[in-house]
Amino acid sequence: MTTGIKNIIWEDNGMYPNNFHYTKDHEWVAVNGDTATVGITDYAQNHLGDVVYIELPAVGKHLDVHQTIGSIESVKAVSEVFSPVSGEVVEANIELNNSPEAVNQDPYSKGWIIRLKMKNKGDLQALMSAADYEKYLEGLEA
Amino acid sequence: MKQTRFNANHRKLGAKMIEFVGWDMPVEYEGIIDEHIACRTAAGLFDVSHMGEIHVTGRDALAFVQHISPNDAARLSPGMVQYTALMTAKGTYVDDMLVYCLHPEFYLLVVNAANTDKDYAYIVAQKGAFQIGLDNPSDRYSQLALQGRKAIPILQPMTDVVLAPMKSFTCAFGKVLGKECLVSRTGYTGEDGFEIYTLDPEPGAIWDAVIESGKPHGLQPVGLGARDTLRLEAKLPLYGNDIDDTTTPLEADFKWIVKFKKGEFLGRDVLVRQNEQGISRKLVGFELVDRGIARPHYPVYVSGAETGHVASGTFSPLFKKSLGLVYLPIGQTAVGTEFEIGIRDKRVRAKVVPTPFYKRDY
Repeated sequence: MTTGIKNIIWEDNGMYPNNFHYTKDHEWVAVNGDTATVGITDYAQNHLGDVVYIELPAVGKHLDVHQTIGSIESVKAVSEVFSPVSGEVVEANIELNNSPEAVNQDPYSKGWIIRLKMKNKGDLQALMSAADYEKYLEGLEA
Repeated sequence: MKQTRFNANHRKLGAKMIEFVGWDMPVEYEGIIDEHIACRTAAGLFDVSHMGEIHVTGRDALAFVQHISPNDAARLSPGMVQYTALMTAKGTYVDDMLVYCLHPEFYLLVVNAANTDKDYAYIVAQKGAFQIGLDNPSDRYSQLALQGRKAIPILQPMTDVVLAPMKSFTCAFGKVLGKECLVSRTGYTGEDGFEIYTLDPEPGAIWDAVIESGKPHGLQPVGLGARDTLRLEAKLPLYGNDIDDTTTPLEADFKWIVKFKKGEFLGRDVLVRQNEQGISRKLVGFELVDRGIARPHYPVYVSGAETGHVASGTFSPLFKKSLGLVYLPIGQTAVGTEFEIGIRDKRVRAKVVPTPFYKRDY
């Protein structure tokens, strides 16, 4: 199920942007220099359903790999978001306070959650490529 | 897993399906918020065929219903429906239920899906010397709920039951799309609307016809997700969350279903005593003052001390805030009273608010 801006931006790349990194917990990471932008995948937002509240971390907070960033509340459930990489939170997407539905409608762009200044770029090596993540999802749905 | 006779209809619409108490049920179609708002502003169609149906028949049918229910079934004539409880001898809930009087010697009890087998076993165990027949034909019944202000224009074209004059909590036999049905003006959303019961082995066409008829009116199919948010805004209780075999109707703020004057019923002595001595806790509505969403089982703190847990709690799609129900100690239940709810590692402020949160204005 592809919708909105995401579909337009990434239509050549299928469901999952090729240049992103992915976790088994369904977070994505987009890297620009030593800055990592983190969000949740289309698969994750689809499973959560309508997102209505995102608990964001304070800027300046240090996160280790797999430490809880915050929680995402949909109407029916609450789910934690884990940091795919270690680093310091340099920005949180406060727009989500007013429009949490961006996580559903545009998970790879307007629905980003935090930006981290990465402490160790080597953390990325433990993450999956888009192709590997899609294979991983096939395994989950089998 | 059990399937309702509308399973193929849900799959055709691309519903997200989940297992709910052993049934393969739609949790959402287009999304809980869209479905909720469609039902509030136009109409929603629900498959509620998982509900249980129990028949009580025979000479003592009324006397038996009077024995197991605190409400007064003697006030019912054929074609009338009543909300009540299935009572334990302790005055607590085995379940909540609707009693349909179909004939002076034929009562239909509609009970929760999760409780059908338990309820039927309990009812059979209460039979004693009553001259009655009992049956649990739940698997033969299909049930749809059409809820919302547009229900009549959507349903009327396909039924010979004259809907507009029907009073709330009444029922009538008739045909829907040529199939024999029992239609009642009841529901679990806080909206006007109808519930349609049928024993037809292939009722799927009714679903499709209501969807088609409803489209120009803004109807959407509604899954279990929005069924829960709709019922909570209307403060309709959910067994297992808000009421169970440890709570009484007096504590659950359902004193109106307890008719002490009607005579004997299971648990009456306990309820009489509780009514005289006063209840020690009551189910009230709350909203969060701070941000977050309070969900069932989250701990509740009054003046710093843990007093229980959230009974029901969700994000309200209509009011766009966190609403719920909670049992609070008597004395702490006044509107405006503040207390705290533990959400993971934090305590957030909540306050008692008037209920129902939503009351229809038409």
